[in-house]
Amino acid sequence: MDVDSSQGRMAAFMRDHQEKVVGRWCELVVAGVRGRLSAVEVRRELEDLYSLVVRAMSGADEQALGELRAELAELSRSRARNGFTPSETALGVFALKDAVYELVADAADLVPEYLAFSRMIDDLGLRTVETYAAAREEIIADQAVSMLELSTPVVRLWQGIIAVPLVGTLDSARTQLVMEKLLETLVATGADHAVLDITGVPTVDTEVAQHLLKTVNAARLLGAECTISGIRPQVAHTIVSLGIEFGDIATKATLADALAHALSRAGLKVGPA
Amino acid sequence: MERVPIVKIGRTLFVSIQIDLQDESVLRLQEDLADELVRTGANGVIIDITAVEIVDSFIGRMLTMIGSISRLFDAETVLVGMRPAVAITLTELGLSLRGVRTALNAEKGLELLNGRS
Repeated sequence: MDVDSSQGRMAAFMRDHQEKVVGRWCELVVAGVRGRLSAVEVRRELEDLYSLVVRAMSGADEQALGELRAELAELSRSRARNGFTPSETALGVFALKDAVYELVADAADLVPEYLAFSRMIDDLGLRTVETYAAAREEIIADQAVSMLELSTPVVRLWQGIIAVPLVGTLDSARTQLVMEKLLETLVATGADHAVLDITGVPTVDTEVAQHLLKTVNAARLLGAECTISGIRPQVAHTIVSLGIEFGDIATKATLADALAHALSRAGLKVGPA
Repeated sequence: MERVPIVKIGRTLFVSIQIDLQDESVLRLQEDLADELVRTGANGVIIDITAVEIVDSFIGRMLTMIGSISRLFDAETVLVGMRPAVAITLTELGLSLRGVRTALNAEKGLELLNGRS
């Protein structure tokens, strides 16, 4: 007996028992997801999948396998996004084996066909886990990007004075983003003074200092003066111990000091009203 | 080869670079500017690079050199209108254009020069 016809027999068997198998499959899946999906939703998804599985197994339809994989990939992506675990996602597929086995157990002559079917489902289950992992990676990458954007605001302190409160470690990717945003804001607002506040930067080593210097130099090329503020005592200690030189860049202890400095450079004076 | 025009306004020479800078045109500009400084006795040079989108290390160095040459004639150079992308490129190349002052736009550049004199 060749593979195609054995698959064909299995497909015919599954088509005949569709109602029973899908019902049992739904029960197993719904029990597995512990109430996070309604039985109606699950049934709709599984009915689609089931008819694709049958079509793929009958061998008559060459596109069915591709469609089945795409459908499963879509399903596991949505599971990943909705916070299901990988095993819950994969068990949803493997449960089909249990559902079919309960029926095949009564018909002993279908056991070899069942083995082939089982291999196919295993393969699909593994694919589901893979897609699930890929989808999670995507989510993590997206989060990293949005965190990067959130962590680099450029705020206007006064006419012609802007500030960049830096929070978190400065690596090259962050520096690039900070630099771009700072320069764009300088051009857009016509500001000629920028304050880089490093209160939220946990440590300043030679690399971070290098990145700060680069940012200041780039701003200077646009004709803006930069002040670095928010240097905490421990950070000052590290900077001196490492022998980092900020050259002629003005450094201040607090953002308030830096603002006062920038105002005086702009020829403004703040006094009691 | 395209030439960059040099315009005299008051005691300031105004150079607006509107072309893609080639190495020869920058060298030519350097010579023209020196001639013009001697001829007019100007005490300030404004170089507007708003339209310049691409720079390399050679052009970066030439800009510094223009600054040094002008200083020999007691004129100060202000580079204005640099694009953020150009500033980032120059910084990544390690060029901070020492000896050349910078301003956001031509207006601020003029203020800078007038404030000095």
